[in-house]
Amino acid sequence: MSEKVLMKGNEAIAEAAIRSGCKLFFGYPITPQTEVSAYMSKRMPQVDGLYLQAESEVAAINMVYGAAATGARAMTSSSSPGISLKQEGLSYIAGADLPCVIINIVRGGPGLGGIQPAQSDYFQATKGGGHGDYNLVVLAPSTIQECVDLTYKAFDIADQYRVPVMIMGDGMLGQMMEPVSFPAHDDSVTFDKSWACNTTGMKRKKNIVNSLYINPDELENLVWERQKRYDLITEKETRAESFFCEDADIVLVAYGTIARVAMNAVKKARAMGIKAGLIRPITLWPFPEQEIANVAKTAKSFLSVEMSTGQMVYDVKLAVNGKCPVEFYGRTGGVVPVPQEILDKIVEMSKKL
Amino acid sequence: MQKEFIISGFGGQGILFIGKLLAYTGMKNNYEVSWLPSYGPEMRGGTASCNVIISDDAIGSPLVTEATEVIAMNGPSFVKFEKSVAPGGTMYYDSSLVTPNPTRDDIKYIGVEATKLATEMGMGKLANMFLIGKVLKESGVFELDVVFEALKGLVPAKKPELYDLNKKAIEAGANL
Repeated sequence: MSEKVLMKGNEAIAEAAIRSGCKLFFGYPITPQTEVSAYMSKRMPQVDGLYLQAESEVAAINMVYGAAATGARAMTSSSSPGISLKQEGLSYIAGADLPCVIINIVRGGPGLGGIQPAQSDYFQATKGGGHGDYNLVVLAPSTIQECVDLTYKAFDIADQYRVPVMIMGDGMLGQMMEPVSFPAHDDSVTFDKSWACNTTGMKRKKNIVNSLYINPDELENLVWERQKRYDLITEKETRAESFFCEDADIVLVAYGTIARVAMNAVKKARAMGIKAGLIRPITLWPFPEQEIANVAKTAKSFLSVEMSTGQMVYDVKLAVNGKCPVEFYGRTGGVVPVPQEILDKIVEMSKKL
Repeated sequence: MQKEFIISGFGGQGILFIGKLLAYTGMKNNYEVSWLPSYGPEMRGGTASCNVIISDDAIGSPLVTEATEVIAMNGPSFVKFEKSVAPGGTMYYDSSLVTPNPTRDDIKYIGVEATKLATEMGMGKLANMFLIGKVLKESGVFELDVVFEALKGLVPAKKPELYDLNKKAIEAGANL
């Protein structure tokens, strides 16, 4: 472990990407993630990497598409409206089976929305914001240290399964500072890049990166083959953390920074004698269905807490599968809930038990 | 220890910096810390504020809603954050810029003529340090020596003279 430093989430993600071997970054400024770009513009030249400010978000994601096709580790970052612009590129990257990492530091929407923290891009991130049968792996850190750890993980997952991986934070996580350390990156793990378009050296058949397949049978086979990889990711990479769930009557489900606010509320509820617990999904796709299903065997009700009008709550309902009621509490538009309002909701639910 | 600060004033008064000094000092002394700024267009010449938490335990919500200490360096901040002081907490303010109109009897108010005194000593830009000196002394969150040690890590290497200036301002504030 290296010495602890005080860093903003945006900067910590950028530094972790560089330590993961990301040498190609294509950015475009937008609040509240601009520090990712700013940090990259300073650091990339120091590590013989490339920082390029594209002419638009659309250009940036297509530059990632091209860079990823060479087998190099490539990344872009943006915030909600910018991520909407990148959706076509993401669908192509998924269709071409290319690994890359995309950062979304979510702000309030829809439209230009606002610049304060939100989680209202959950559907877009986890249900395929672009067209076609594809998924992004979506990682949701809740501390600055986890921003670092999951950025390391994101590049490895991307390379291992040849899929785009999104790290989804929110404005609060991007802007706040906490102590972080950068564990030594394990560079010994290598990934198969025999598919990369990085010159044949006149020694092998050329590789082609493409997402156009006119023959339906051929396309169907490819899509099902990819689906098998998604199944493998679901089996191997699903992550969640749970607290006080063993005897919990009311189980909160929350991710990212809101999981921390929810944790405060859970502890206060416990102090009042209400048996509350918390499940924090770390991967939003694949969603930790099994963890939730297991707790649903003993819990009496669930509460999905989000900075949206209610998006993840549908996945919670699917996972709970009718075993007990699932309720929702949310704030949106850039409003961050405080522990007391979540606690009020828990108390209200406890009266119905 | 669990100390929760709201620090607020005009952009340019060094509001975010004194928050960073507290968080950094906490980190260097093995506390859990978080530093959360307000961000957005309001920072351009308008108000700036940050939330700092220093704790023995892992920090949940980084948003401070019940501050043990509020530091207000302008009038609007005093009005806005007076209600955010936890009962028994303290409202510190720069009395050369804030005309206080206290409305609570369950919190302490401590005014320091930070900007006036700092200007008289030829350190007008370090009013924030005067005020934080007083806060450190009254709240007992850190010993001054511990803060000075941390300050070394925050002063730009190219401007070492800033260390002595900031130290002097903090000491002057603490001795008021």
